[in-house]
Amino acid sequence: MTPTLAGRIQTRLLLLSTIGLAWVVLVAALLGGSASPSYTDRLRAGVAALIITMLLGVVWELVYHAAQQYRWEKDWPTGLALAVGLTEGTAVWFALNTAARRSTLVPSMTVPMFVVVFGTTWLLIWLFASGPMRVVALRWRYRGGRLL
Amino acid sequence: MSTVRTSQKSMLDQLLIQDKWKRDDLLDLGIRVIDAPLVTVGGGLGSFALADHLRVAGVPASEIVVLGPCSDPSDTYRRLASNSQIPDNERLRSDSGSTIDNIWGFPSYALREAWHDRSLTPLMKVATEPILTEYFTPRAGQVYAGVDRECDRIGWSSMFHKGWVRTIRPDRDGGYFVLFTVEKGLAVDGRRQIERIAFRCRTVHVAVGYPGLALLPDLASFRKRYPDHSHRVSNAYEPHDHVYDELSHRSSTIVIRGSGIVASRVLQRLLDDRRTLGTNTRIVHLFRHYVDGPQGDSPRFRRQGGGGFAYQPFNFPKAAWSGQLREHLEGLESSERADLINRMGGTNTAPRKAWQRQLAEAREAGVYLQRIGRVTDIEPTGSGLRIVLDPSDGGSAIVEANHIVDATGLLAEMTQHRLLADLLTHCGAGQNSKGRLDVDPDFEVRGTRSGEGKMYASGAMTLGGHYAGVDSFLGLQYAALRITDQMSNDGLCRALSPGRNASGWTRWALGRPPRNRRAA
Ligand SMILES: Cc1cc2nc3c(=O)[nH]c(=O)nc-3n(C[C@H](O)[C@H](O)[C@H](O)COP(=O)(O)OP(=O)(O)OC[C@H]3O[C@@H](n4cnc5c(N)ncnc54)[C@H](O)[C@@H]3O)c2cc1C
Repeated sequence: MTPTLAGRIQTRLLLLSTIGLAWVVLVAALLGGSASPSYTDRLRAGVAALIITMLLGVVWELVYHAAQQYRWEKDWPTGLALAVGLTEGTAVWFALNTAARRSTLVPSMTVPMFVVVFGTTWLLIWLFASGPMRVVALRWRYRGGRLL
Repeated sequence: MSTVRTSQKSMLDQLLIQDKWKRDDLLDLGIRVIDAPLVTVGGGLGSFALADHLRVAGVPASEIVVLGPCSDPSDTYRRLASNSQIPDNERLRSDSGSTIDNIWGFPSYALREAWHDRSLTPLMKVATEPILTEYFTPRAGQVYAGVDRECDRIGWSSMFHKGWVRTIRPDRDGGYFVLFTVEKGLAVDGRRQIERIAFRCRTVHVAVGYPGLALLPDLASFRKRYPDHSHRVSNAYEPHDHVYDELSHRSSTIVIRGSGIVASRVLQRLLDDRRTLGTNTRIVHLFRHYVDGPQGDSPRFRRQGGGGFAYQPFNFPKAAWSGQLREHLEGLESSERADLINRMGGTNTAPRKAWQRQLAEAREAGVYLQRIGRVTDIEPTGSGLRIVLDPSDGGSAIVEANHIVDATGLLAEMTQHRLLADLLTHCGAGQNSKGRLDVDPDFEVRGTRSGEGKMYASGAMTLGGHYAGVDSFLGLQYAALRITDQMSNDGLCRALSPGRNASGWTRWALGRPPRNRRAA
């Protein structure tokens, strides 16, 4: 899939709010342990990370789209789409920590827990967008990721 | 007997002058009329892509008629590919997701190759393309095997009828007649026997590929003037193994014309033969227009180029198939579209490191020489050819060679194809700014509506329309999807909805035939 700007944003919002959310609900339950925060806190922190990924993501997508303009192919290589998870993850981590310090609504997360939650969600969404997404949304790949 | 035949022929000639036909006109001529909801003309990969989409949408095989000369939809493609030096084990020039045998593009060719070979290499390639590696492209053999499998699954052989379509004419009552000619062998008097059948349909789809092979005018005139020496001048798309055979037996010089992907393939073959068979071939690569650097003034629209070649991985930038360039092109006017298509496409080849290395080594060894100029004359000599140039590189005006291979392309003029030319004169079809068949964004041929009937087209002959990559696996599938969507809007088939796709894909994965579901 060769994304357009609208396609990038729509795909990000859709996948994070569906598969991303479902996965965070699951992974928050799986990450239980006596030393860790309660399930609700893990879930709230995970959902907060998702929302931040969506919001910051809109800005990131503008940057990626601008960078794409300097490629002759005007495409966005699959590997790059996976790799930017590192930079995005770092940014989300800082934003999540800041939010946790400023608001009681957002619980904090340990680094390993964040890496697992964010890393697996990112990977899952990347894998889904690289294949199965095309099955349920046949026209999605031709429309550069646009769903509407 | 023969007077009956003559009078029938003149009646048919009379009929062929008319722009619209009636069923009785055909019956009076003794031509059988068969009703069919949809006819696709060509029977190549374009017809296959449409039949595949319609079958997944639930259209029964019995409602699709495929007319063409080759029973295997890959046949023509395979012939052109193998002539132009892409044998089954070589890699093609389309990406991993352009899966012509699977309308969803999943699993990709790379995933299937990884599974088949129990190897992660193809997947690593896709994950790192094109930054650390070159784009993954599938092997020709893998594509053909997939098409064969899908043909079995969708019941292709039951839809297919072997023969040639002579003409398409609107039915006065709406819809179309597709006049089809079937060879019936030889009669006792040695004459070719044919049967004419008219298919009457509401929807007709035309996907006849290229009208033919094109030979550069100077080469065509050489062949005409010196028929005994015509084997010395070959088109890269026609069988020309005799050239490689001769080169393997004696030291020779070969001239290559053209700088597209086919020229690259031929060069690869010649240089591979030097290495593996020890041939002593000298190559003179003759350019008409020499690309000496990147093309494009803007850093945001600049294509790699140099050493004679314009480089891009596929024949258009990737976003022309599915990204921002597709959207941009779709919104442009005819002449602007032609201009953008020319700037994105034109003659270009893939920047494959292995090819570039091979050429650099051959140049160093003095066996690969580039010349720039216009050919003004070609004369046969004792064992070869004497080519007279109007050089623009300051070199000698005479080149002596044993063979010339023309790798400049296929015939693109639709007026050279009897059926397509006929669509222009009798069916109301028009030409776009690139001189090809004028289609709307849904691939309906403009000006050809017949009552409720619609005519669609896909493939090379629609270049210049609202989509650039029409002559590619993904482009044929895109056209097929747009046509299927239109047919579903017209109530002729079910929509390819998410549910239908999910179940259709599952059936594909299990190797089960699509489920038939008539339009609601
Ligand atoms: C050498 C080569 C390499 C290519 N490589 C790639 C690649 O790597 N990746 C990619 O995506 N695309 C590639 N393409 C482009 C494209 O996928 C093929 O051209 C493809 O075969 C086009 O399908 P088609 O149905 O339009 O034409 P074809 O497959 O050529 O089928 C058209 C059929 O119509 C028949 N026909 C013509 N006139 C009539 C008539 N009057 N009645 C009935 N039948 C008729 C022809 O005989 C032919 O069998 C390549 C093309 C060529 C030539």
